[in-house]
Amino acid sequence: MAPPARPGRRVLTRSARQRLAADAGLLVAAVAFALPLTWLVLSSLNPEATLRVRLPESATLDNFSAVLTDEITFTPMLNSLLMCGGATLVTVVCAALAAYPLSRFRARFSRPYLLTVLFATCLPITAIMVPVYGLFVQVNLIDTQYGTALFLAAAQLPFAIWLMKNFMDGVPRVLEEAAWTDGASWPQTLWRVILPLMGPGFTVVTIYTFIMMWGNFFVPFMLLLSPEQLPASVSIFTFFGNYGAIAFGELAAFSILYSTPVIILYILISRRLGGGFALGGAVKG
Amino acid sequence: MTRAAAETAGPAGRTRAAAVLRWSPLAPATVILLLFLAGPIGYCVYIAFTDTQLTGQESASFVGLANFRHAFGDAGFRNAVVLTLVFTVLSSLLGQNTLGLALAGLMRRASRPVRALTGAVVITAWVIPEIVAGFLLYSFFERRGTLNAVLEWLQLPAQNWLFTLPILAVSFANVWRGTAFSMLIYSAALSEVPQEVTESAQVDGAGGLRRLWHITLPMIRRSIGTNLMLNTLQTLSVFGLIWAMTRGGPGNRSQTLPVFMYDQAFMKSLIGYGTAVALLLLVVGALFSSVYLRLLREEV
Repeated sequence: MAPPARPGRRVLTRSARQRLAADAGLLVAAVAFALPLTWLVLSSLNPEATLRVRLPESATLDNFSAVLTDEITFTPMLNSLLMCGGATLVTVVCAALAAYPLSRFRARFSRPYLLTVLFATCLPITAIMVPVYGLFVQVNLIDTQYGTALFLAAAQLPFAIWLMKNFMDGVPRVLEEAAWTDGASWPQTLWRVILPLMGPGFTVVTIYTFIMMWGNFFVPFMLLLSPEQLPASVSIFTFFGNYGAIAFGELAAFSILYSTPVIILYILISRRLGGGFALGGAVKG
Repeated sequence: MTRAAAETAGPAGRTRAAAVLRWSPLAPATVILLLFLAGPIGYCVYIAFTDTQLTGQESASFVGLANFRHAFGDAGFRNAVVLTLVFTVLSSLLGQNTLGLALAGLMRRASRPVRALTGAVVITAWVIPEIVAGFLLYSFFERRGTLNAVLEWLQLPAQNWLFTLPILAVSFANVWRGTAFSMLIYSAALSEVPQEVTESAQVDGAGGLRRLWHITLPMIRRSIGTNLMLNTLQTLSVFGLIWAMTRGGPGNRSQTLPVFMYDQAFMKSLIGYGTAVALLLLVVGALFSSVYLRLLREEV
């Protein structure tokens, strides 16, 4: 038997052992999670990419230059940008307007209204896409980008209102009352006093909304038909060529181009999202 | 406002006008929500009781509960319900939830660079668009894909995952994609558990598992509830991931309810029937949402 170690030393080794075990566990998870991502990066550089992770014999940017054409990349990305940008604008403006009275005034219907909004954030939007398709056919909104954008806006609106209201609750009322006494109208107060004060919160809502729309596949997949209108999330299917041969390298290159904007945007707000942000924090009420 | 003015306008009319003005910013959002969210839900309820088809017959007629009776007698529907349950339990309850908690727990002990690296990788999987994730995991599970390469390297038998166990493959795909959310929620929750409590239990000689079961889990139970609800609701509506990986196939062996609904409504042109299935999905989602609201309400 080993002689008993000094207590201080034993605590140290135990915590070091725990840290090593935790590190090992996390690294295993990280490798497992990273494998598919590695395929993406390596294949995009490999002119002869297959379905497997493997190092390209000679790394080139050929795949990228092959997909950087109007038809493959620029038009779908522009479609995505216009559609998601427009929808984000509608969502954020409507959410900011709606959040203002909900945050500042009390009325008999404000609590039921908020609970309905919160309820709507949880509804599976996927389930209503078939009736939405039917409705859009009847009112001639099918295969239009603005119709699709309006639906995307509506789908994100409940959560945006909820987030915006919670951020707005954090802005003290004192400054706003000063503006009131100076004779400012409510739009002036909202625009000049409240929104600047809740700046970071407003940015978070905007970027989060945009990320959710940028990645949305099912909505444009259902509501848009003509190829030249499709956003990147749907046009990516054209890589599954009609002849069965899939250009994996180009698919990977396009996927990287398509994913980069949201990754960058996420990094921009990640510090504020920090610990589960509003999804855990704001939703708490 | 002077008293005279108030009297001429009438106090009641005055306050009502003020209230309308005050609540008017709510209007745009309410109009959009009514038109594009409440409208389709109402339409969904109506269509589900008709025999509407995609081919555009002159008039769809009211068929009562026929669509629902058809559904419960339809082997394809029952198959979809079972697969949806398997998918939800495997990927949301067992996978994302447990793995998210495990990662969050390990992160509290691990060294900083490892923590940052793992967080970045897991969160990237969550942030990239759904359809890209679908393709990545298709390439991972495909017969000639990375998973089999790893298995061969480990001298283990390879499998044609997307053919033999498609539902397992898509469940793993959903775990890969969704774990970051649970991890973030649990990281936040664990950081609020006071250090002294776990330390004093440690001094009393409680082992790791007993500390977890008797101290940590009860203290974060609200976060567990929140996380389970949100994960389940998210998982119920997964479509793109499965569509990109298997299109519900081979046959219908990975056809969860959203894929089944799409298949019936558009491939088989049975809009009425597809909508009835959608309505059932919506009702299940609404039930979960109500439970979730109750959970939150206790807290407010």
